[in-house]
Amino acid sequence: MEWFTTFPTMDNERLTALKKAIDEGFRNFTRAYGESFEIAFEPLKIFMIWVERLMTTTPWPIILVGILAIAWLASRSLKIVVGAALALFAIGYFGMWDDTMKTIAMIVVATLTALVIGIPLGVVMSFSKRMRSVVMPILDVMQTMPSFVYLIPVVMLLGIGKVPGLIAVVIYALPPVIRLTDLGIRLVDRDVIEAADAYGSSRWQRLANVQLPLALPTIMAGVNQTIMMALSMVVVASMIGVQGLGQPVLKAIANQYFTLGVFNGFAIVGIAIIFDRVSQEFGRRLQKHREIVHGH
Amino acid sequence: MGTRIDGIKLRHVYKIFGSEPAAYVERVKAGMTKTELLAHNHVLGLRDISMDIPGGAIQVVMGLSGSGKSTLIRHINRLIEPTAGEVLVDDVAVVKMTPTELREFRRTRTAMVFQKFGLLPHWTVLDNTMFGLKVRGTAPAERRDTAMRWIERVGLKGFEEKYPNQLSGGMQQRVGLARALANDAPILLMDEAFSALDPLIRVDMQTVLLDLQTEIRKTIVFITHDLDEALRLGDHIAILRDGALVQKGTAQDIVMTPADDYVASFVKEVNRGRVILVESVMTAIGAGLVASDSLPRVAAKDPIELASKVMSDAGAGQAVACCEAGRPVGMVTMRDVINTMTTPAAYPSIARLAAAEPIADVA
Repeated sequence: MEWFTTFPTMDNERLTALKKAIDEGFRNFTRAYGESFEIAFEPLKIFMIWVERLMTTTPWPIILVGILAIAWLASRSLKIVVGAALALFAIGYFGMWDDTMKTIAMIVVATLTALVIGIPLGVVMSFSKRMRSVVMPILDVMQTMPSFVYLIPVVMLLGIGKVPGLIAVVIYALPPVIRLTDLGIRLVDRDVIEAADAYGSSRWQRLANVQLPLALPTIMAGVNQTIMMALSMVVVASMIGVQGLGQPVLKAIANQYFTLGVFNGFAIVGIAIIFDRVSQEFGRRLQKHREIVHGH
Repeated sequence: MGTRIDGIKLRHVYKIFGSEPAAYVERVKAGMTKTELLAHNHVLGLRDISMDIPGGAIQVVMGLSGSGKSTLIRHINRLIEPTAGEVLVDDVAVVKMTPTELREFRRTRTAMVFQKFGLLPHWTVLDNTMFGLKVRGTAPAERRDTAMRWIERVGLKGFEEKYPNQLSGGMQQRVGLARALANDAPILLMDEAFSALDPLIRVDMQTVLLDLQTEIRKTIVFITHDLDEALRLGDHIAILRDGALVQKGTAQDIVMTPADDYVASFVKEVNRGRVILVESVMTAIGAGLVASDSLPRVAAKDPIELASKVMSDAGAGQAVACCEAGRPVGMVTMRDVINTMTTPAAYPSIARLAAAEPIADVA
């Protein structure tokens, strides 16, 4: 009756052998292909370094004006611009300007990478049921797997530094934009698609004229989610060498520096709110034609 | 563009919706009913539709919801594939076209107007009107000129930069119509195009369409569930029931000789005076029938309602139907007109009164 009280397990020796074999296999894989992966990610690294240098070496007034200008162009809301200015001034005044710039550089590159991968993937998914049945479970894994777990293979493959950190952030931030692009396209009004077909649209014309524009509010919600998730990964990514606001937080945890942790934490919250409000307002402005309704 | 077509032919078209339509088509041909098919989880869309739609005229297809009329119109530009049968436009088989040929066919030979308009909400009226031309790849300047011309023609001048959401239903459908006309395709498919509009706006749009048709002379297939609309617009009318054609003919044919009880129940409430023409109730001029100059005149193609008005205004009991090559063609009497205009079956009180006791002298 022992099997009834204790779960029957694989015997210890064999289990260890199995884990060893998998480890060994992966190690061999990293030895064989680690360098090729590094070369493959070289362009991303160059881009990342370029953006970071741009953000950190440009004098702060120019950056500040630039960010506020983008916020204004995207949102056309004075309230949001003033709020962003106050947040950035506070961040700078409390000595976190450089770290904040590094974090913003990271978020921008991670978000762009996620969009470049995620939107086309979402489009393909919306077209093919089979594709969806393959991608959906992968997205589930990406969203529920603790991020520390996939840090391990990434670090083994690429070591510690900006690029592995970036990859970890992208893996974490990618699912929402894929899911919401797919959903947005599938929710587009059947009648409008039929009209596009009836006038002889090619698949590409239908996508560009009808499906993507009408799915845009949903896609923008995905973009917003992606940005937020990228920001929430900043601290975790700092564990594998990503510079920015995450590192002081990490230091604060290790040494119980309460104030250091809180200051940097609030800096992350501050830029998160700026990104969120600006991207949401931008999404809303794209939908202006929906707001002016006949008879209202 | 704008070349005429000789006509559209449908030959034994069947449509069955479901997971394995091909497996059931033979059984439907052998007489399986819609209800029996439903028991196999398949829906009968169309059953053995054969019809000739002549070029340059308005063909109305009418039926109640679920009769298959919207399915039928989508076979003409193959938005729906038939399970069996052929669709021929000028003897070219639409069903056999490759995807590229089909796109080209839809771009240049057909245009469609939808019940729910199907406008792009993020595009202005002007952009929407140019849609077909853009898809087709017309040069931007030409696109704009054509679109502006049609926007003006349907009465939307000044609204070019508005979004569909800013317009009323009637105006949105004018955009739908302008978009279809800007394409200048010989075939115009209108799927319950005016059904979503208020009654007054609907009549207004029918007038717009009839006015336009006198000049554009397109082959129009018009789907409706509204008999008044069908009678007003249709040069030819086909009536669908449960996916099968029950009657084809002109408005007069349908009203005067309904093919079965289904059609009869449809036409019961129709204002027959406006549908039936003088020529079908008149007595042809011949031996023993002499037209007098003192009698009022009506045209042979006038509705009898108008003839009754002319006769009663003139205080005459008959009128001369005029004229072919300057000669009168027939005579029509008030008695015939009134007999044709009223449907006796609708008034049982006539029989009741006739059977009543003799009327006593009134002192």
